[in-house]
Amino acid sequence: MTLDGILSGDRPRSRVLSVLLVAGFLALLGAPFLFPGTKALGVAERICIFIVLAASYDIVLGYTGIVSFAHAMFFGIGAYGEAIALTTLPVGWGAILFGVVAALAVSAVLATAIGFVSLRLRALYFSMMTLALASFALIMATQLRDLTGGEDGLTFSLPRVLTPAFRLLDGPLLGVRMDGRIVTYYLVFLATTLLFLLMLRIVNSPFGRVLQAIRENEFRAQALGFSIVLHRTLAGVIGALMATLAGAMLALVLRYNGPSASMSFEIMVDSILLMTVIGGMGTLYGPMLGAIIIVLAQYYLQPGMAVLSGMFAGLPVLPRLFDPDRWLLWMGGLFVVIVYFFPTGIVGRLRERPANDG
Amino acid sequence: MSAGRIASTRLSGIDWPANLLLPILALAALPFMSFSTWLTLTVAGAAMGMMLFLMASGLTLIFGLMDVITFAHGAFISLGAYVATEVVGALPGMAASHSWVASLAVLAAALTAAILVTGVAGLIFEIVIIRRVYGSHLRQILITVGGLIVMQELLVTVWGANPIPVQKPAALQGSVEIAGAAIEIYRLVAVGLGLAVYAGLWLLLSRTRLGLTVRAGVENLEMVEALGFRVKRLFVGVFVAGTALAGVGGVMWGVYQGLVTPAIGPEMMILVFIILIMGGMGSVGGAFVAAILVGLITNYSGFLVPKLALGSNILLMVAVLLWRPRGLFPLVKS
Amino acid sequence: MADRDLLQLDRVVTHIGAYHILHGVDLSVRRGRVTMLLGRNGAGKTTTLRSIMGLWKPRAGAIHFDNARIDALDTPDIARLGIAYVPETMGIFSQLTVQENMKLAATGGRFDPARLDDVFRFFPILKTKWNDRAGLMSGGQKQMLAVARAIVEERRLMIIDEPTKGLAPAVIDQLIACLLELKARDTTILLVEQNFHMARSVGDDVAVMDNGVVVHNGLMADLAADEALQTRLLGLNLGSHQ
Repeated sequence: MTLDGILSGDRPRSRVLSVLLVAGFLALLGAPFLFPGTKALGVAERICIFIVLAASYDIVLGYTGIVSFAHAMFFGIGAYGEAIALTTLPVGWGAILFGVVAALAVSAVLATAIGFVSLRLRALYFSMMTLALASFALIMATQLRDLTGGEDGLTFSLPRVLTPAFRLLDGPLLGVRMDGRIVTYYLVFLATTLLFLLMLRIVNSPFGRVLQAIRENEFRAQALGFSIVLHRTLAGVIGALMATLAGAMLALVLRYNGPSASMSFEIMVDSILLMTVIGGMGTLYGPMLGAIIIVLAQYYLQPGMAVLSGMFAGLPVLPRLFDPDRWLLWMGGLFVVIVYFFPTGIVGRLRERPANDG
Repeated sequence: MSAGRIASTRLSGIDWPANLLLPILALAALPFMSFSTWLTLTVAGAAMGMMLFLMASGLTLIFGLMDVITFAHGAFISLGAYVATEVVGALPGMAASHSWVASLAVLAAALTAAILVTGVAGLIFEIVIIRRVYGSHLRQILITVGGLIVMQELLVTVWGANPIPVQKPAALQGSVEIAGAAIEIYRLVAVGLGLAVYAGLWLLLSRTRLGLTVRAGVENLEMVEALGFRVKRLFVGVFVAGTALAGVGGVMWGVYQGLVTPAIGPEMMILVFIILIMGGMGSVGGAFVAAILVGLITNYSGFLVPKLALGSNILLMVAVLLWRPRGLFPLVKS
Repeated sequence: MADRDLLQLDRVVTHIGAYHILHGVDLSVRRGRVTMLLGRNGAGKTTTLRSIMGLWKPRAGAIHFDNARIDALDTPDIARLGIAYVPETMGIFSQLTVQENMKLAATGGRFDPARLDDVFRFFPILKTKWNDRAGLMSGGQKQMLAVARAIVEERRLMIIDEPTKGLAPAVIDQLIACLLELKARDTTILLVEQNFHMARSVGDDVAVMDNGVVVHNGLMADLAADEALQTRLLGLNLGSHQ
């Protein structure tokens, strides 16, 4: 299969971007060997999962131009699906599969309902309604204690193949112990790669082009005979299903799920929205880049800020502004700057350069 | 009732079905509980509704006139609440005094300080953030969410992430007994303030030239400009007034809760948005009715089926939207 | 610049979104006269008026009012120079009463009694409806209110966009009577009109637009007398409006 075939003809269209994406892909591919250690592996897993999550949000935000605050809800549904299945059913592949399928079904029904009911409203109402719905879901998750474990969440076991106790090889490979964690990582990596390529295919299909036509000019698209509600609802459902799968992956790698791990507004705004917008809405590659940047920032910006904060020790205010816990302040500032000056995000900016084919 | 008059679309007279919703709901709850419980809950609901109205009124004014929606409003509510902790904390003697005058003076001082602080913050926010995104709701939502993140982080930078306690001024603690029901004094004060602000807004909008300009601007901004009114200045003024009102709501809510966290404002935004949608985006009268509806529903359902408190508000909103897709008292735009 | 001109447009170019509407409009409005701006639908008449008012900013060219450049000013500042604008859509505030609509048009909200008497003499119905919501009035009454707002004060220039559109003949006659009296008082007026009867009754000068430029300037009387010119400039459709 050609590169164009794999990427559905949607190349990065910028040399710098191509280099960044290839570097990101290779780094994730070799992560367990390039960056040994449990923490690094956890970061790599999180990057993979958030690539799927942010890209799925891009299908809703970037390709239809409406802001939903309910995306983390679908992520949470996926995570809870796995968590509930694995705590209530006998641990095994059957439970994992059941959890995914049940979660996908719930998400599909909800996303369809949201689409048909509220996409008829003005875009602004839609945003506010999804915000209300998301908080309702969050409250349900914390209050249905018997099912969800409430605030504490659910901790569960996985099939042995996916646990650290499992040995894939007797000896270490390239100095890395080949245990179930490595198996889990590569499952996640493979799923991320496939789901991302699938999403790339969807947005570059005739359906994806209709979405873009609607985003550019609603009236014209309607005049051409496309149903706006139908297309947007379908985009919403696809985005929701992808987010649900990402949520399922999250639960599997954490072997835990709780409200703040997957469903909170922090996940929605501080992660999903930031990643998609900073990376570049409506490009899919943007959210991928955004996910890498934000997750790395979440883990590694803080030590850097601690250094800065130390440097400013004794000065007024500055040490507090650079306190490692204030990383979000700077990300929020970056977000505002990007929305103002580079509405197409990093990817849009890179593509503006006259450089060519990647 | 005047609530609907400000922006009702009914062609003549009063919009009875929308205005009667409130008393009908209040009476409908009566059979499910004793009278004294009902009275307590109704006053609590009205008080909560009034505080919600304070928070929502600014947002609805801003939306009605400027067609701007700001998701950062919650941060201004939090800011107001933090200012209250500072002011009450700075006047320990007066706050502890059981004199009515001293207690009300402390509250008035907190409100004044909050109006100033949130007003100035709102001015900066308008200049730095809002002014650049008129006309695009998508960018408004995104940029104000960004602004919200930054403001929340700045609040934490100044006041820390841990909750800060704030005491109600002494004379406003405790309750009085009315018709066998214990009614918290602070709730009565909140109801009084909410009514006063609503009356003030109503007078301002219906009786002054400034209000006339605002009402005309809500309908047709371009024509107001063509008549020689400098609408950009009016925008700044309304935005600042809106954020100052958020600050007032923040003070009242923060003192009521007794514990101020950075999230105190953003948490309320869900209800505020429900109020805006239900009342009719941009309508002050609509926000007033919807805020009390939400306050009552929250308290009644909190008593009857605690787990459904928020859910019942969402159900009510959906029901209202099915009945009137543009809210109870929708605005007219031309 | 000739001092006899109160308003002058030089090669004004205006875009609306991606569309290029005005391609270099040259137009003069002489002091104390009524200038008719005629042309087919879509010729750019309304865009010209909106450009003068600053509601759409010209991309190029200059607009002078009383020898001062105004094309960079904001709409309110342009209006404050003493320019009244009656848009095609009338711009009535339907939620406000007739009185409130009028108040917004009067400086400081105070009426000059003599002017108000004039308004009521031209349009007696407004006195009857004084405290009614403007939205409850008929189209013709709204148009009267729109014009009344423009004349409630002394203005240096009145810009009126198609006041007769969709109105009954009796109402049109009332509007013509009003404009004729304003004309008799040497009010400067720039009037867009499709109704040739009205144009002929009140116009002193005429400018005809086509495809975003002014293609003819002259006296209204000359155009009114020359049917061949009318046909060439305005097409046959205008005659049928009478």
